Amino acid sequence: MPLDKPYKDIPGTTIFDAEQSRKGYHLNQFCMSLMKSENRTRFKSGERAYLDEWPMTEEQKQAVLARDLNRCIANGGNIYFLAKIGATDGKSFQQMAGSMTGMSEEAYRDMMIAGGRSIEGNRYIGEKK
Amino acid sequence: MGRISASVYTSHVPAIGAALDLGKSHEPYWQKVFAGYEFSKEWLGKNTPDAIFLVYNDHANAFSLEMIPTFAIGCAAEFMPADEGWGPRPVPKVIGHPELAAHIAHSVIQDDFDLTIVNKMDVDHGLTVPLSLMCGQPPDDRFAWPCPVIPFAVNVVQYPVPSGRRCYHLGKAIRKAVESYDEPLNIQIWGTGGMSHQLQGPRAGLINKVFDNNFLDRLIADPAGLAAMPHIDYVREAGSEGIELVMWLIARGAMDDQRLKVAHRFYHVPASNTAVGHLILENPS
Repeated sequence: MPLDKPYKDIPGTTIFDAEQSRKGYHLNQFCMSLMKSENRTRFKSGERAYLDEWPMTEEQKQAVLARDLNRCIANGGNIYFLAKIGATDGKSFQQMAGSMTGMSEEAYRDMMIAGGRSIEGNRYIGEKK
Repeated sequence: MGRISASVYTSHVPAIGAALDLGKSHEPYWQKVFAGYEFSKEWLGKNTPDAIFLVYNDHANAFSLEMIPTFAIGCAAEFMPADEGWGPRPVPKVIGHPELAAHIAHSVIQDDFDLTIVNKMDVDHGLTVPLSLMCGQPPDDRFAWPCPVIPFAVNVVQYPVPSGRRCYHLGKAIRKAVESYDEPLNIQIWGTGGMSHQLQGPRAGLINKVFDNNFLDRLIADPAGLAAMPHIDYVREAGSEGIELVMWLIARGAMDDQRLKVAHRFYHVPASNTAVGHLILENPS
């Protein structure tokens, strides 16, 4: 019997469940390795070679090289792990979150100051705004 | 016997720590956040407990995907601030309370909650930001937090996370454990995380003020009813990271159900990507 996953119909949201975690194990552990300063230096001096040390899929490696966090998440990444890439690049959490929304950094920041993204129209996929 | 005298609830946004550590706390953006904690710092100065039982979550710092404990109790003598990728926060190390922690672990496990006992662990912003908000920055000549802290880490990163109901009942088991401790200690329990926020995907930046204020109302007046709320309501209404709010129910479960004093209540949007909520509840003496 399939497990009940009622969160699949929330728009723009990927829940990091056991299935995603299994898919993203090596991607996330690669991110974790960037908590060590010597690893950050090695990664920055040769990203592709560093990624090739990890048993990640080619799609995962490409998503990291492109810094496409939505693609990383689709391939099992979790935001708290992916944040280590952002820290390596000197990005704030707000810059990282904003980069996934298709908005400019300024527009995202202004939206937050104005009270954030409204829940209205954002509960279900296909809902009328 | 020990006694739980009060509980504190607060968001634990990492950018709040960064604002304090980088000396930005007087900027108007951050003043609006810190103004909500002026009362709280004074209150904690007057009501310093013998120890704080601090419920928080680790954000892929102490725990990678190698091991994911649902409930982990810190039983060590001390805990160092974690290096989360920007270097450790310049805050004091956390002094634990190994005797009380071991007692609570023993009692709560016998009450059917399977805690993981942790004897070595760094603590991240989830634990140190609430301490900074409530205590302020400790002065150089007395660089220490005001009392020992027992870190209690809850998995809210990988689904499924524990249910609100389970968290609420765990709080009751923690209270029973504290009350069976031999020494007459005055203990506070803090629940941290939330409020509404989403840090991932095209829906990032979600804030739901109606949900948040309703959550605060019900946490005060109807915790048992609130504990029945399913996960899906948290993630749909309060964002994928809003699920952290289940941790507040652990602290609330350790308090009296009724007759509480609401010492302080605060709500503000935004701190970085997040809605900031804060409550102080006191048990009747």
